[in-house]
Amino acid sequence: MAEAVDLKAIGTRPIRPDGIDKVTGRAAFGADLNLPGMLYGKVLRSPHAHARIKSVDLSCALEADGVLAAISGADLPNESPSDLAKNVLARDKVLYHGHAVAAVAAKTLAQADAAIDLIDVEYEVLPPVLSIDEAIADGATLVNESQHTNGDTSKPASNVAATTMFERGDVDAGFAEADVIVESEHRVPTAHQGYIEPHACTATANEDGKSTVWCCTQGHFEVRSLTAQVLGEPVGNIKVIPSEIGGGFGGKTIIYLEPLAVKMSQISGRPVKMMMSREEVFRATGPTSATWCKVKVGAKNDGTITAATAWLAYEAGAFPGAPVGPGCMSVLAPYDLANFRIEGNDILVNKPKVCAYRAPGAPQSMHAMECAIDELARKLEMDPIDLRMKNAAGEGTQAPYGPTFPPVGLKECLEAARKHPNWTSPVPEGAGRGLAVGFWFNIGMQSSAEVRIAEDGMVTVMEGNPDIGGSRAGMALMAAETLGVPYEQIKAHVGDTEATGFCNVTGGSRTTFATGMAVIQACEDIIAQCKQRAALTWDLDEDQVDWVDGEAVPKPGVNADVKPLSLGDIARGAGRTGGPLLGRASLNAQGAGASFSVNLMDAKVDKETGKVDVLSFTAIQDAGRAIHPSYVEGQMQGGAAQGIGWALNEEYIYDAEGVMENAGFLDYRVPVASDLPMIDTEIIEVPNPSHPYGVRGVGETPIVAPLAAASNAVRDQLGFRIDDLPLSPPRVLEAIDAQG
Amino acid sequence: MGAYAYLAPSNVSEALAALQREADAGNRTQMLAGGTDVLVQMRSVDRGERTFVDVKHVEEANHLDIGDDEIFIGAAIASAILFENEELKGILPGLLESSDLIGSTQIQGRATIGGNLCNSSPAGDTIPALIACGAICVIASPGGNREVAVEDFVTGVGTNVLSATEFLIGFRVPRPQGKSSSAYLRFIPRTEMDIAVAGAGVALTLDDSGTCTAAKVSIGAVAPTALVVPDAAAALVGSKVDDAALAAAADACSVAASPITDKRGTVEYRRKVVGVLCKRAAGIARDRAAAL
Ligand SMILES: Cc1cc2nc3c(=O)[nH]c(=O)nc-3n(C[C@H](O)[C@H](O)[C@H](O)COP(=O)(O)OP(=O)(O)OC[C@H]3O[C@@H](n4cnc5c(N)ncnc54)[C@H](O)[C@@H]3O)c2cc1C
Repeated sequence: MAEAVDLKAIGTRPIRPDGIDKVTGRAAFGADLNLPGMLYGKVLRSPHAHARIKSVDLSCALEADGVLAAISGADLPNESPSDLAKNVLARDKVLYHGHAVAAVAAKTLAQADAAIDLIDVEYEVLPPVLSIDEAIADGATLVNESQHTNGDTSKPASNVAATTMFERGDVDAGFAEADVIVESEHRVPTAHQGYIEPHACTATANEDGKSTVWCCTQGHFEVRSLTAQVLGEPVGNIKVIPSEIGGGFGGKTIIYLEPLAVKMSQISGRPVKMMMSREEVFRATGPTSATWCKVKVGAKNDGTITAATAWLAYEAGAFPGAPVGPGCMSVLAPYDLANFRIEGNDILVNKPKVCAYRAPGAPQSMHAMECAIDELARKLEMDPIDLRMKNAAGEGTQAPYGPTFPPVGLKECLEAARKHPNWTSPVPEGAGRGLAVGFWFNIGMQSSAEVRIAEDGMVTVMEGNPDIGGSRAGMALMAAETLGVPYEQIKAHVGDTEATGFCNVTGGSRTTFATGMAVIQACEDIIAQCKQRAALTWDLDEDQVDWVDGEAVPKPGVNADVKPLSLGDIARGAGRTGGPLLGRASLNAQGAGASFSVNLMDAKVDKETGKVDVLSFTAIQDAGRAIHPSYVEGQMQGGAAQGIGWALNEEYIYDAEGVMENAGFLDYRVPVASDLPMIDTEIIEVPNPSHPYGVRGVGETPIVAPLAAASNAVRDQLGFRIDDLPLSPPRVLEAIDAQG
Repeated sequence: MGAYAYLAPSNVSEALAALQREADAGNRTQMLAGGTDVLVQMRSVDRGERTFVDVKHVEEANHLDIGDDEIFIGAAIASAILFENEELKGILPGLLESSDLIGSTQIQGRATIGGNLCNSSPAGDTIPALIACGAICVIASPGGNREVAVEDFVTGVGTNVLSATEFLIGFRVPRPQGKSSSAYLRFIPRTEMDIAVAGAGVALTLDDSGTCTAAKVSIGAVAPTALVVPDAAAALVGSKVDDAALAAAADACSVAASPITDKRGTVEYRRKVVGVLCKRAAGIARDRAAAL
C-alpha cells in the first residue's frame, strides 16, 4: 500500500531507453518494414458521404499492370459483419466520404494508385446526415435503417443509437432551492487526434494459414483479435508485432488496414504493405465526436450547488459508439452533488466512425459544465476556486456514476492553483484569465509481465503495452525500485503477441498503473525466488532470508555467517539452485484512481482580428505518484497543447455534401510550437491506495480542462461569453461585432 | 510519379537555350528555384513528367545590387540570405518582412521571392509587398529581356504572363528616397506555418512635416490576384497618416477586396481583417519613415 516509503528510483528522471533510437532515426515505425517481394496496398474510398453500393467491379483493376490482388467487401466473411468489419470495408452502403470500398495490392505504389482508379463502383447517392440537429430532426434520413434506439425495435428506427441516464436526488427540488441558476448550451467541433505517424502496416500470410502483421498500434493484442474477427479466423492464426509508434492518443486502438493487408497477402502469396496518407487519416480514421451539450446548474448564495443537469448529444459518426458514456461520467465528477440528472445520446451521422481520443468524451461535456460553473461564480460574485472548493468531490464522495471515491486530489489541486503565480499575479493588461477543472476516471484491465534475469544480473522486463509516452522508462523505474537495483541494470521491452502475455491496449491511462503493477508483482516473484535460492545456498529456511537493496541477506537475528547475495550472484549460480530466474505476473487491475486537474490560462484577444493569443498556461494535476516526473509533465504539457488547439482552432470543416474541406495540417490547425507559451506544470501527489507505489493514470486528464480554461479566459477579457468552440478568429470577431 | 529530368544552366543564355530546346522537343519544362512549392506540388497535385530548369545556378538571378536609385534583387536568392542583409532591410523593410514570413527556418534557406511570385498564389506573401514598393519584373525572353510591373504579372490563380520559354531573372525596385518606408502584415490563425487569410503591403513617403506625399497600398488573399488599392493610397496622401486617414484607408481596402468564403475565412471576415491589416501596416510604415 502507498504509505510514504523511502523511494530510490521512483521520482528520478533517467533517460528513456528508446530515446537514442528515436533521436538518431533508427527507431522503426509502422511504415519502416520492408520485406522481399513486398506489394503495396491502396484503398479505394467513397466519394460520397452516404450512398448505396449497387455494384463493385474489380475486373479492370485486376488486369492492370503489377496488380496481384484486389478485394471488396464481398471478399470478407459476410455473415452479419460487425460494425468494425463494415468500417474496414463497406458492404451495402458507404456511410461517410472516405469510407473504404475496395483495395488493391500491386508491385509498386504507383501501380496500386493507378489500379484503384480502375475499380468501377456504381452508387445510388443518398442524402447525407451531417449534424446532430439533422440527425434528430423529425423525418431525418436514417444513417442505418435498422438502428433502433437502445435496440428497442418496438420504436421506429432512429439515428439516436443509444441513450444513457445518470440520476440522483430530486433535481426540481434542487433547482427550487437555488438562489442563482445558470443555463447554457455549447457546441464543440469534431477534432482529430493528430498523431504525426499515419496508420501503416505490413502483413505476410503463410501457406500454413498463419499470418504475421507488423503495425503501429496502441494495442497489438487487440489488433490480433479484431483482425481475426474481421477475417473470420482463429486468433491463433495471427501474430502481431508492434512497431514504435508516432503518436496515437486513442486513435490507434482499433484497426483499419490490417485485415485488408492480410487478405491481400493471402490472395497474392506476397507480403503487403499499406500506408495511409495524411488525407486518408483525416477522412477515414477516428476523430472524436462533435457535440452539443446543454447544461444547467443552480446554487445557493453561499455557493452550495443544489442541482445540476446535463443533456449531452455526441456524434458517433457512421456507427454507434460515441464516447457519450464517459462524457456523462465526467461532466459532474468534480462535484459532490445531491441532485443531478445527466442524459447522454449517441447519434449517428454520415461522418467517420469516431475513435477514442484522450479522455474520450470528457473534454466536450466538461467544457460545457466548467463554463457554466464559471458563470455561476460570476453571478454569485464568488471566487471560482472557492466555489469549486465548496462543492469539490473528495474521499467518500459518491461519484455521479456510482462508486465512492477513495482519496482523490481535486482539493489539493485547487489549493495549489490558489497559490500558483498564474493565479496570484495580476492579470496582464487587457487580457483575461480562465480556470477550469479536468477529470478522468482511468481504467485498470488486464496485463501480464515477465521479468527475466540474465546470468550477470541484467534484468529484462517483458510486457505487452506499446510505449506511447515513456512507459518503458516507467516500467524500468518500478522494477528498479522493487528489486532494489539500479535503473541502468534494467531493460524494458514491449513483446509481440507471441513473446509476452496478454495486455489490454495502451489506453485509458492504464499502462503505468496496471502493467506497472504486473511488473512490480513479477519483480516480487523474482525476489521470492531469490530468497528461496539464497536459503538453499545458505541452508536456511526461506523465511529467514530478507531482500534488502537488491541483495539477499539473512533476516536480522538469524545467525548465519554469509555474504549477501546480489541478483547477479544468484543468477550466476541459478543452475545449481533450480534453473534460470523468471518472474511472472498477470492480473486484472482494480482501483485505477481517478485523476483530477486544475488548469489556468491567461489569454488575450485581438479585438480587431478575433485572434486569441495564449499568454500563459499552467496545468496542475494529481498523478498519485509520479514514477518519472518528466514524462508526467510531458503528458500534462502535451494534453494541454492538444486541448488548447481544440479550443482555439481545430475543427473539421465539411461542405454541404459531407466532404471534409480541411483534410491536412495546413488547414486543420493544431498549434505549432510558437503558438504556445511554455506550459507550466505542477504535479500533485495524492497516492492511489490501489497501487503499490500510489500511481494514478495521468495521460488523459490533461486534455480535459484546457477547453473551458480557454473559454473562461476569453470570457474574462471580453465581458461576454462565446459558448461554442473553436474560438477561431472568425467566430470570435463575429461575436465581438455582434456585441456592437 | 512520372520521369523527371533536371538541368542546371549557369547563365541566362544557357537557361533560355535549354527552355527552347526542351520546348522544341515537346517536353514540358518547369523552372525550379527553392522548390518549396514545386516539391510539395510534385508529390500531391501535379505528378506529371517534366524537365526542371534550376534557376539557382543562373548567375544573373543571384545578383543583388543596391544602387543609389535602384535596387536589383535576383529571383534565385533565398529569403534567409536577403533577411540577413541589414542594409537592404533598412531600405525595403516591407518586402523583407514579407519574405521572412514564408515558412520556417528550413524553408527560408531555400524559398525565393521569385518563386513566391511565379507560383502566383492569391495568398503569396511577397506579392503585395513587391507591388507596394513598385517592383518591376525583369523577364528573360527569347527576344531579349522584357519588363512587367509586378501588379501586371499575375493573371489569375496560379497563372502569370510567362511563356514556357521565359523565366524571371529578378526585380528592379526604385530605391525609396527621403522619409520613405514600407511594411507588410498578413493575418494567419497561427503564428507561423500557415497561409495568409489576408495580407496588406503599404509603402509611403512623408515630407518634413510628417505629411504623406506618396503612398501605394496592395492587398493579398482577398481576390484571385493581389490588388492595388489606389483609394487607400489616396486616403493616406495629404494626411499625417492619423487615425482618420488610417480608418479611411482601411475602409478602402475592405471595399476593394473581393474575397470568397472558404475554409480559411468568410467574405465578411476577410474584408474586415484586410482593412485592419492595411491600417496597422500603414501605421508601421509611417513610424518607420518618420524615424529616418
Ligand atoms: C512549410 C511551408 C510553409 C510555407 N509558408 C509560406 C508562407 O507563409 N507564405 C507564402 O507566401 N508561401 C509559403 N510557402 C510557399 C513557398 O515556400 C513560397 O511560395 C516560396 O516563396 C516559393 O519559393 P521557391 O523558391 O521555393 O519556389 P519554387 O517552389 O522553386 O517555385 C515556385 C513556382 O515558381 C516557379 N518559378 C520559380 N522561380 C522561377 C523563375 N525564376 N522564373 C520562372 N518561374 C519560376 C516554379 O516553376 C514554380 O511554379 C510555404 C511552403 C511550405 C512548404
